[in-house]
Amino acid sequence: MQLNRDALLQAYRRMRTIREFEERLHIENRTGEIAGFTHLYAGQEAVAVGVCEHLTDKDWIASTHRGHGHCIAKGCDVGGMMKEIYGRADGLCKGKGGSMHIADLDKGMLGANAIVGGGPPIAVGAAIAAKLAGEGHVAVSFTGDGGSNQGTVLEALNMAAVLKVPKIFVFENNGYSEHTGAAYALAGQDLGRRVEGFGIPVFRADGFDFFSVYEAMRQALEVSRTGGGPAAVYATCTRYFGHFEGDPQNYRAKGEVEKFREESDCLKGFRARVTEAGLIDAATLDAIDAEVLGEIDAATVAAKSAAPPVPADVLTDVYISY
Amino acid sequence: MPVITLREALNEALHLEMARDPRVIVLGEDVSGGAGGTSGQRDAAGGIFGVTKGLIHKFGDGRVIDTPISESCIIGAANGAALAGLRPVAELMFADFVGVAMDQIFNQAAKFRYMFGGKARTPLVIRMSFGAGMNCAAQHSQTIYPFMTAVPGLKVVVPSNPYDAKGLLLTAIRDDDPVVFFEHKALYSRKGEVPEGDYAIPFGEAALVREGEHATIVALGRMVPFAEKALEKLNADGITCDLIDPRTTSPLDEETILESVSNTGRLVVVDESPPRCSVASDIAAIVAQKGFRDLKAPIQIVTAPHTPVPFARELERAYVPGPAQIEAAVRKVLADG
Repeated sequence: MQLNRDALLQAYRRMRTIREFEERLHIENRTGEIAGFTHLYAGQEAVAVGVCEHLTDKDWIASTHRGHGHCIAKGCDVGGMMKEIYGRADGLCKGKGGSMHIADLDKGMLGANAIVGGGPPIAVGAAIAAKLAGEGHVAVSFTGDGGSNQGTVLEALNMAAVLKVPKIFVFENNGYSEHTGAAYALAGQDLGRRVEGFGIPVFRADGFDFFSVYEAMRQALEVSRTGGGPAAVYATCTRYFGHFEGDPQNYRAKGEVEKFREESDCLKGFRARVTEAGLIDAATLDAIDAEVLGEIDAATVAAKSAAPPVPADVLTDVYISY
Repeated sequence: MPVITLREALNEALHLEMARDPRVIVLGEDVSGGAGGTSGQRDAAGGIFGVTKGLIHKFGDGRVIDTPISESCIIGAANGAALAGLRPVAELMFADFVGVAMDQIFNQAAKFRYMFGGKARTPLVIRMSFGAGMNCAAQHSQTIYPFMTAVPGLKVVVPSNPYDAKGLLLTAIRDDDPVVFFEHKALYSRKGEVPEGDYAIPFGEAALVREGEHATIVALGRMVPFAEKALEKLNADGITCDLIDPRTTSPLDEETILESVSNTGRLVVVDESPPRCSVASDIAAIVAQKGFRDLKAPIQIVTAPHTPVPFARELERAYVPGPAQIEAAVRKVLADG
């Protein structure tokens, strides 16, 4: 694995940023200041960051309704994201998208997507563009265990394989599609085998472990960046919060999340691994934690006090004015 | 000027624009055809109506992409390709298949620019055949532009002749927004004069097909030649009408329609779709709101009935509005005031 100290520090910072962003939103949601649906990514950070640390702004990703982690991992501005979630005029999408529709085309971020299974076909198209450009860029879609049951995902798998486009399907099995367990809803259980049925190589990863995801994505890119067509990364993980904020999660056993947080947390695992190997000392990581906390706090304060859009903005950014 | 069919006019537009702009790609089921077949012959279809014929030989399978039968993914891939800088022209074969691809059309393509705060461009054309008259039955014959027109974020084009088809398709491909392009399957062989070179027809500009004084007829697609036929009979009785072809239902050239009605005082709107929430009812509503004082008689709409499209020749003939109904509607607005 070719991760130098700077790369390790960046990966840790991004994972910590996602975590603190989501933990803060979980708290702030209770104040009633944030409108609409919010789906938090906390717990799955190793997947978004393990995948996106391989990508540049010229690679594309298509995200899901649980998209904050993918956005941050792909380099979207945290302050702009927070403002978007608060529905502010200078949010990343001017307050017109909200939590479920954060996009930043300049960063190669094709958008979070509130339609489950909406992203993979779009990423196939971005992969067609990448193939035609011939510069070795790829398109990546993120899909959960729930989304994997949508027909669009199966269509995208087939079409990407038929067209041999540089497309990487990242599947994040967090155990639940909304309020229903993957143990019930995922026929065949091993999603990887489903994908292999399309002739697409699948690289399995422990979604609690940044290094495992990073390595799986490296192998997937070896296929896709070199003209080998699509590949897939299949990571198992968990989410720490409900399907949406306010979900009482009464489908989960008591203590389930606490046990994951205690025993399998990706940030704890990363910290243990790099400090025990003597690569980075704990004080350096503590300093990053403090910096990130400050950054999220500043973003939150700024978002709360930022100006909302004016009513006339409802009529801008349209294709046709009537 | 060369006389060619509407099919050939569309084909010319695609050839011209693919040659001019390397970002233009074509994708869909059998847009070339023959891939994976035992004859080894590519372009075995060239699109089931022949509109994309010959493109693969000129532009290769990197830009002329035969897809599996996956309508959602065809439109989804066109969306992603558009966001990533290409200018895809996706073919859905039959407008009825919009049902399979609807999410990618109305939740995704139509929303990107607005939902992403104005930053996304989605230069995408979705071509599809529509309309009854070929006995293709209930799931291959519908006229569905009304509900595409109702979606904020989609532009909707309905050409009625070869000249307009070519000029409007060139505009559609060059447009930075999603355009749904409806081709009436009974008009593919309609012939007309079409200049050889490049010309673009702007969206939102209606064509005044005929000028007259007694009534205004607004018609779309195949209803335009039907209205022309009706006018032959009416003219023989000394009745003349403005015949307006809006060409695009979104944006809609309200001004031309309202101005004509202010001259004639009578309006007949002809639309092949069923009557409720149709383009006919929409235009009637606009004129009732904005041109009420110009009207001498109640507006008449001529539409298909509120039923699925039937199969049998006799039933389909009864379903599709024709010259006789248009003629009767004009006589009625004249009798009414």
